[in-house]
This record gives sequence, C-alpha cells and structure tokens, in this order.
Amino acid sequence: MLILNCPYCGVDAEESELSAGGEAHIKRHGPGSSEDEFHDYLFTRENPKGVHFERWRHSNGCGKWFHAARCTNTLEVFGTYPAQTTEPPKQIRDAITAKRPGWSWREFS
Amino acid sequence: MKHYSAFAVAREALRYHTGWERAWRSPEPKKRYDVIIVGAGGHGLATAYYLGKNYGIQNVAVIEKGWLGGGNTGRNTTIIRSNYLQDPSAAIYEKARELYEDLSQELNYNLMFSPRGVMMLAQTQHEIRGYKRTAHANALQGVKTEWITPERVKQLVPIINLHGPRYPVLGALWQERGGTARHDAVAWGYARACSNMGMDIIQKCEVTGVRTENGRVVGVDTTRGAIECDKLGIVVAGHSGQLAEMAGFRLPVESLALQALVSEPIKPCMDVVVMANTVHGYMSQSDKGEMVIGGGTDGFNNYTQRGSFHHIEETVRALVETFPMISRLKMLRQWGGIVDMTGDRSPILSKTPVQGCFINCGWGTGGFKSIPGSGWGMAQLMATGHSPLTEAFSLDRFKEGRFIDESVAAGVAH
Repeated sequence: MLILNCPYCGVDAEESELSAGGEAHIKRHGPGSSEDEFHDYLFTRENPKGVHFERWRHSNGCGKWFHAARCTNTLEVFGTYPAQTTEPPKQIRDAITAKRPGWSWREFS
Repeated sequence: MKHYSAFAVAREALRYHTGWERAWRSPEPKKRYDVIIVGAGGHGLATAYYLGKNYGIQNVAVIEKGWLGGGNTGRNTTIIRSNYLQDPSAAIYEKARELYEDLSQELNYNLMFSPRGVMMLAQTQHEIRGYKRTAHANALQGVKTEWITPERVKQLVPIINLHGPRYPVLGALWQERGGTARHDAVAWGYARACSNMGMDIIQKCEVTGVRTENGRVVGVDTTRGAIECDKLGIVVAGHSGQLAEMAGFRLPVESLALQALVSEPIKPCMDVVVMANTVHGYMSQSDKGEMVIGGGTDGFNNYTQRGSFHHIEETVRALVETFPMISRLKMLRQWGGIVDMTGDRSPILSKTPVQGCFINCGWGTGGFKSIPGSGWGMAQLMATGHSPLTEAFSLDRFKEGRFIDESVAAGVAH
C-alpha cells in the first residue's frame, strides 16, 4: 500500500486515507488561449513511465490537497510538498536527481 | 498449417502426439515490411489478421516486447458484451461480439466462446433508470438486451442475495448473447492464422524509437535492429504514451493498474456473468470452476502491473454481500494489468499527426471484448484511410468536443 506523508498535518497516510487527484503542475489556460492550449490543459497528460508529479487529497484526514513526486515504474515516493506552488521545491528536485539523474518534466528539471 | 480437427486428434493419439507442429513461426525480422504492428496482444494480432484477410496486405510484422498475449490479453476477466449506451460504442462492440460467434470456426482454433449471458445488476434507483435507458438505446442500435426483474435475476443466478442490507438487487440489464471466451486462445488463434498468411510475429523485440522523415513514418528502431515500413500501427495499451512520445505526439491517456483475482475451483454454481457496477465488482465462473473476479481501477498512475490490496478488499467485500456463499472461498491468484484510460473512457482508433502512423489505444478496462471489432476497424482504417467503425473514435474528438461519453453511461464498470 502506498504511504504518503501529508505535508500539512504531518501524518504518514496510507493510500486508503487519500484520494488521487491526477497530474500536478498543469498550466491552467483560460479565456484568450488557443484551442491547442485549451485542449492540452483539459486532456493531454504526461503519463510518464518514471518520475511523476501528482496531486493527492488527504480526504480521510485533514482534507487538504498536496503534491507528491513519485516513480510510476517502481512506486517509489521521492517526497511530498504543499500544493501552493507551480514547481516542486528544490529539496524534492534534489531528492529525485539523486535517484533518477537526468530526469525532466516540462519546463523544469 | 495443419488443420485442427477431431480426426487430427485421433491421428495424433495413434502416434503418441509426435506430429503436432508449432502454431506459429518465430522468424528473424526482415529489413522491410509494408505494415508493422507494434504489440502482439489481441488487438494487434486481430488488426494484422484482418489486414491480410480483408485487404490482402500480408507483408506484415507484429512486433512484441514480451511474449505473445502476455499483456492485458492474458490478464483480463474474459467478459464479452456490447450493451453500451452510445451509438459508436455499441456499433464496434456489437461487431466484435458478432465476430466472436463463429471466430473459432473461422480461425480453426477453439476460443471456447461461451455466450452464457451477461447480467448487470441495478442496485440503486439511478441504475434502474440508467439501464432501462441503455436497453432502449440498444433496441434502436440493434443490440439485443433487455431489462429483467429481480425474480428473473434470482432464476438465472440462484446463489445471489437479492435483499442485501446496503445494495438490494432491483433488476438487471441482461444481454443473452454476451458471455466469455478463453482469452489466451484469442491471441493464439489470431497469431496462428497470421503466421499462416506469411506474416512475421516477432517476440522479445522491443521498439526503442520511431523513425520519421518529413512528418512521415519510415520505420522503427528495435532491440533487434531497425525495420522499415510504409505504415505503422501502435497497439500497445498501457504503454501507448511511451510509443506516442517516440513518434513525437502526445495522447490524452493515463495508465492505471486494474486488478483481477481468481478463486480455488468449485463445482458449477453460476452459469452467467454478473456485474455489479455500483459496488465495483463482477464475477463469472470459468470452465475449470474458478470464480473469476474483477473490480475497479486503482486511482493513480502506475506501470508496475500490480495494484493496491485494499482495492481487492473493497471488491470482494461488495461481492460477498451479494453472493454470501463465496465468503469462505480461498483466492488462488491475484494480478494486475496496466490499462490506458482516456478522458471519456472510450478508445482511440485514429490517424495521428505522423503520416502513416496509426494508433489503437484507450480501451481502458474493456479491451478484451472488443478485440475482433477493433482489429476489423483498425485494419480498414490502416488499409483504406477510413472506417465507419472507427470514425467517431478519432484522436481529434477531444479538441472538437465530440466525446463518446461512456464514463457516465451506466453500462460500464471502471
């Protein structure tokens, strides 16, 4: 069972306490955007076999949304961090680089 | 290819079974093919088969990373049905179900197709309305389904508990000609027929890159060297995103784990397939007597072919309530497969931004039932550039807002 640390309440929450919320750091395109941008925002996903940034909700706990960095190929968790950010913090990125050198994700790496 | 028949069994019995030949060849890849299909699962092999049979395109290679039928073709719960709400879905799934009816004879390979009937239980008022609507839609689509009462449900499935405390059985959507088939045999039967047409099935050969020139596909790089082709079909289910990335486009697909499990064999107790979508569980009994059980997907992206145990617990908990007699059954095996889910829970059978490159993916949790229809449509699309079966399932439907919304149509389980 997947165990993620909730960055808000500090609990090591088991998967049954959490709800998966899909890919994180999606740029939200609104009015004025092109059709392609809006299509990508709504439907296109990275779906990588490897490093994945994703949203989770501590639904049977503190109820808050947070982000996790995880490997979809090994189920290894690199770390979790609060959702109020457009990019993962440096220590998360460093933790990933230590285990997956050369990883990248859209604009940041 | 030697014909399989009762006489062949008798003949071989008299000579200690020394005369059976391999069902398909395992050749070295050639330098060039007219068509390369990536993925030797049911859908890929069916696509190759109908390319050869319907369009005479027989210079075809089917390339497989692992072994033939070792992905989701060998991991599903073998259910075949076509009781979908939307017209394009009903058309392609019903085409598949029709083809299954005499596919064993056509392929000369016993697929053990068993049209034993598929029942989808309505356990809430909402489901009653949803399934009645689906039954009416199916009547218009020419798919034979009917709404049946709880009494009829009990008649067909004596082991069911109609009056569960949380989820009473209020009726069901019944498709008499739905059922099951031997999933491995579907891949093996198509593979044997493809090999017999002269097609090359190349196993243990991983595609590592897609070669393009001026926006047109010209071949693939593999772990056994480069192979040229005119047309490329990507039919790889869970790994569609990886192959699309190699070809240079992106997909509206996410890969999740879906699990299934099977019990110890018991005496025959249920001769239909029962699905309970409200509680996310479905069950049928195999010819060996095992209860084959499936549930919903895990919620997060996953490529590991194993899922979380608590999802199994949820599925089994719900089924025990509906079938109290299975509460003491021991489970023999449990496994997972990687399913490719689209936003509207309908598949993608489409041309792609790369010329000559076609994709067949997004079958999500319901791919097995559609193998013959999917292969039929995909072959037509690849050979002629257009297929009425696949037209609605094109990749640009998301941009154009033409969803085939089966995720809220109460006719599917995921």
